[in-house]
Amino acid sequence: MARPLPPGVSQRDFSQALRQFEAAVGKEWVFSSDEDVDLYRDAYSPFWNEPDERIPSAAVAPDLVEQVQQIVRIAGKYRIPLWTISTGKNLGYGGSAPNISGSVVLDLKRMNRVLEVNEKNHYALVEPGVSYFDLYRHIQEKRLKLWIDPPDPGWGSLVGNALERGGGYTPMRDHFDAHCGMEIVLASGDVVRTGMGALGNARTWQQYKYGFGPYVDGIFSQSNLGIVTKMGFWLYPEPEAYFSGTVMVPRHDDIHALVDALALLLNSGVVQGTTSVLNTASFGPPDPELARIRVGSSTSDLERYMAQKGLGYWTVDLPFYGPAKVVAAQWEHAKEKFSTIPGVQFRDGASYRFPLSQAELEKIPNPVPLGVPSLATFAIGGPFSQGHMWFSPIIPMTGEAVIEATRVFEQVNTDLGNPAGALPGLPIWSFFARAFVIIYFFPIEHDVEKNRRNREIFRRLVTVAADHGWGEYRTHTAFMDDIASVYSYNNRALWRLHETIKDALDPSGILAPGKNGVWPRRLRRSNA
Amino acid sequence: MSVAFPRRLKPALYALFVLLWTLPAAAQDPASRRAADVYDKWCTPCHGAGDNKPGTISAAALYKGSKPAVLAERTDLTPAGIRSVVRTGMYIMPRFRKTEVSDSELEAIVAFLTRTSQPAK
Repeated sequence: MARPLPPGVSQRDFSQALRQFEAAVGKEWVFSSDEDVDLYRDAYSPFWNEPDERIPSAAVAPDLVEQVQQIVRIAGKYRIPLWTISTGKNLGYGGSAPNISGSVVLDLKRMNRVLEVNEKNHYALVEPGVSYFDLYRHIQEKRLKLWIDPPDPGWGSLVGNALERGGGYTPMRDHFDAHCGMEIVLASGDVVRTGMGALGNARTWQQYKYGFGPYVDGIFSQSNLGIVTKMGFWLYPEPEAYFSGTVMVPRHDDIHALVDALALLLNSGVVQGTTSVLNTASFGPPDPELARIRVGSSTSDLERYMAQKGLGYWTVDLPFYGPAKVVAAQWEHAKEKFSTIPGVQFRDGASYRFPLSQAELEKIPNPVPLGVPSLATFAIGGPFSQGHMWFSPIIPMTGEAVIEATRVFEQVNTDLGNPAGALPGLPIWSFFARAFVIIYFFPIEHDVEKNRRNREIFRRLVTVAADHGWGEYRTHTAFMDDIASVYSYNNRALWRLHETIKDALDPSGILAPGKNGVWPRRLRRSNA
Repeated sequence: MSVAFPRRLKPALYALFVLLWTLPAAAQDPASRRAADVYDKWCTPCHGAGDNKPGTISAAALYKGSKPAVLAERTDLTPAGIRSVVRTGMYIMPRFRKTEVSDSELEAIVAFLTRTSQPAK
């Protein structure tokens, strides 16, 4: 792909900036050849090989906070957009490629130090280049009784994933919520520490989140207001036991009582990990008879078929973590709550006592809910998949919402001329408190027409979801403006506030312009 | 307690001791150990043995038993092919940047994966 210049920057200025970047970080850590810059392409770009694919102009990889400060000052001088990545593995949401072509990627992978792990107060302080695998290995080597909470792919950054507000499976599953304290380089080059870190000699930076005065951490998540160079995380003390129980209910309309009981258990803290609600017929091994019933028969036919198979119409898996006696009591309590649903079935699932040996761990198909990073999720699209992206709206934690969202999104799919059931859904997750995330999988192929069609479906889903009061929690860079545009209450009041803050903190508009639909004044469409 | 060996066996025992000591050392020289470590860090999570390794699953589907699905068991990989896949990706596998796998680490991966290479017939 041809490498573009940063927008509005002359070749002469760009060349000077690259030389100054080299002086700051060393020549070997500034990448400007076609071969090196190509490594920053989004491997799963929905614009793959199209003119709209976002291509950087160069990349620069600092090792120290002081070097990050120098880089933003150089970028500010030449008004060069910087697109920051941590490990660059935000695959499905943009990977290591920027939001606008010509940006210089600020690659923080070399800043990969585990600065502190505290076993007594259960926290860690890490740099952006530290992956979940890295921190897991560190904890294992030191034999600490601590768990991390990895998302499905373990090669991502703790800092990057938390800043994108990703989710995992253990009681620490809301990754931004689990953070405690940040260090941020601002567009001015100034360095800020949040919470207790603002004390010069802080001794509780990773133990108390709020410090004194306004709590600003949130404005640096899914944001382009600063570059986070350190971040603290609360870790989960290794529990004594894990148990997974399955609840199955026989009728379509049982979803209402099922989700009511689930919400009670989650919101009261009886269930603390991520749960999934499945329409059982949508999952499991191929079954031609079931496929025929799903397309051509009534709901009651499907209920009867699932009952004959000994399965429920709906299934929920409940994970429990903690002391063995408590876990057993929680499962008994959960069963009591679901027992009001006629015909409900319960099945005991996996049960573990910790620590597990390496041999025991290797027998577990998906160790991620046990705090062990993995890459197993990349098998999701089949053996010859070329990539994927996700449509992931937040919906209410109610049975009504599950039914309505499933129906509405399926209707969009068929309205666009696709066969029924062609929009591959995933379980409905409780990664975050009080709401569900419903996630749809979109394959990415190196086929321009198929990708164009998928973009069309994706954009229609965004609009239709907004019409029903649902919005996405996170998205691929290709759709950030689409999604920001539907968060439009009171004439885009929230985005106007974001723009006010952006212009104040980054007047040259150099930090990730347009990320999450927040554009600096000089690049806003109204000013174009 | 000490054991007295017959005098005539001592040279043979010494030779055996030297062999046992040096063989693992040769197999685990620093370069080989580094190569194995780099491979283990960057490649095993996808290409190791097991039913939950996407790279291994893909290879099994692609080669249908004609080649080992576990990458480290292959003997037909070439340095150029390994470099190309790491830097351009393949199927779901993304390309790896030099801040992740440096050129030097890539050569370590090449060394590990070609340690048992057999010339193509």
